[in-house]
Amino acid sequence: MPDPLLTLQGVHTHIGHYHILQGVDFEVPRGSFTVLLGRNGAGKTTTLRTIMGLWKASRGNIRFAGEDVTSRATPDIAASGIAYVPENMSVFSGLTVQENLILAARTGKIDAVRLEWIFSLFPALQRFFGLAAGTLSGGQKQMLAIARALIEPRDLILVDEPTKGLAPAIVGNMIRAFREVKNAGATVLLVEQNFMAARMLGDAVVVMDDGRIVHRGAMAELAADSALQQRLLGLHMEAHQ
Amino acid sequence: MTDGITEREETTVRAPAIDWIPILLVAAVALIALPLIGSFSTWVTLTMAALAMGMIIFIMASGLTLVFGLMDVINFGHGVFISVGAYMSLLVLRPLTGWVESPSIALNIAVLVLCILVAMAASGLFGLAFERVIIRPVYRQHLKQILVTMGGLIVIEQLLHVFFGGSPITIALPQTFRGGLALGPDIIVERYRLIAVVVGIIVFLAMMLVLNRTRIGLLVRAGVENPEMVEALGYRIRRLFVGVFAAGSALAGLGGVMWGFYQQTLTVGMGLQVLVLIFIVVIIGGLGSIGGCLIGSLLVALVANYTAFLEPKIALISNIALMLLVLMWRPQGLYPVVKV
Repeated sequence: MPDPLLTLQGVHTHIGHYHILQGVDFEVPRGSFTVLLGRNGAGKTTTLRTIMGLWKASRGNIRFAGEDVTSRATPDIAASGIAYVPENMSVFSGLTVQENLILAARTGKIDAVRLEWIFSLFPALQRFFGLAAGTLSGGQKQMLAIARALIEPRDLILVDEPTKGLAPAIVGNMIRAFREVKNAGATVLLVEQNFMAARMLGDAVVVMDDGRIVHRGAMAELAADSALQQRLLGLHMEAHQ
Repeated sequence: MTDGITEREETTVRAPAIDWIPILLVAAVALIALPLIGSFSTWVTLTMAALAMGMIIFIMASGLTLVFGLMDVINFGHGVFISVGAYMSLLVLRPLTGWVESPSIALNIAVLVLCILVAMAASGLFGLAFERVIIRPVYRQHLKQILVTMGGLIVIEQLLHVFFGGSPITIALPQTFRGGLALGPDIIVERYRLIAVVVGIIVFLAMMLVLNRTRIGLLVRAGVENPEMVEALGYRIRRLFVGVFAAGSALAGLGGVMWGFYQQTLTVGMGLQVLVLIFIVVIIGGLGSIGGCLIGSLLVALVANYTAFLEPKIALISNIALMLLVLMWRPQGLYPVVKV
């Protein structure tokens, strides 16, 4: 088992009066593709936002690359090497595709080789490089949001439901792109509702329910155990075959 | 990409077009007023006065719209930076009366530029202190923002009273900017109004240049849309906000100098008096939109000038009526900024 790049220990998060995360513990091994699964409202998005410091952990400990980042400000967490692709894409609509990518490159300059690689993953971005992101379709916005996370090498990429609301063929493109990212050796923590996509990409899986971790292990084990899937996720095999 | 879905996706993409309708609306308002006014020379005079007034309002309002858009802060104290800027020009005008009265164009321009620089520096510094002491404790609390920024405005106004007295102060335009310029038979335009239009255009172009061609500008535009995502990319939005707040305050100071010369009288409450117009401009332009702010300023000024001439009794409510009509047509303002 490789060293954990990210470790959450007993993390609690409150939003207003609501106690959302109730002692979350899991690890993301370096170089792995870890998928965080769970029903709606299980706390998956809150987990990613807490890691990014967008919501503060009220208790517990988050360590990234050996350092405690629990109480760090969001910009510091991002600068330490974590890229974040939120659930709603959050591309800057009034900025062009190029400007979105320039902002994501902390040095202000885009590496040409890296950009070519991104264009090979998402050719549409090359064609619409000079157009406002607000004019892109939903799938293209999602591609841009992911491209922003890839424009510079990052130690860890957090991705929140990238296939949500996309047409099946676009989901297929997205899965192919993530496979490339995975083959390039990136460490990814992916929140996903689409078990088919999760199964095709994940090395490891963590399942949440009601703000707690209820299962962690290898994706291959969960993929092979339909009874476990049904218990954890309420899935029937025929639903995703 | 060769699959069909991607091909279909491409068809949804189109080049962003400039929304010409609000721009044409400004021209339409001016043209509709021409037959109502009847005299071409009077129409030119009123229109030039409105353009000058509109440009000065734009200078004063442009900083506020960015502060609104970027950090969702309702700053009623913005008006006091206008007064501070206008009064700081006295620090230049009083010792340099000779330059003001000199027939030398160079000295006249120099004294105006000095007034602007001193006013912008003072208002910018006041803005930094105001953000630190008044605004920072009440982020995300709109009701408190309204109360404390209004309180801050009153406190600084009273300080101006203490240092400069409560009576209105008359200021003289530099020699070169006095009087009018004949543009044709019976058409005379005040020189200072032309100066105000030129300064307004320079400020607008400079802002567009900074916002569209610099990294700071990109960050401001991105921050107006989605400050949280800007932070998640590793940028400190708070620092950006402080910078924008100070720059907006400095622009209000510049507007104060221009407005003071326009009226040739300074009063402590001049910022508060024009604040209502500024808020109307920011709202009808679209919160956070510089282009909307410019068009809104011109519309407000044109409507105010034409109605004051045609029907003085309704001039007082003309801008409120304009705001209502614009918001009924475009509830998010003329150029809405997409916010996440």
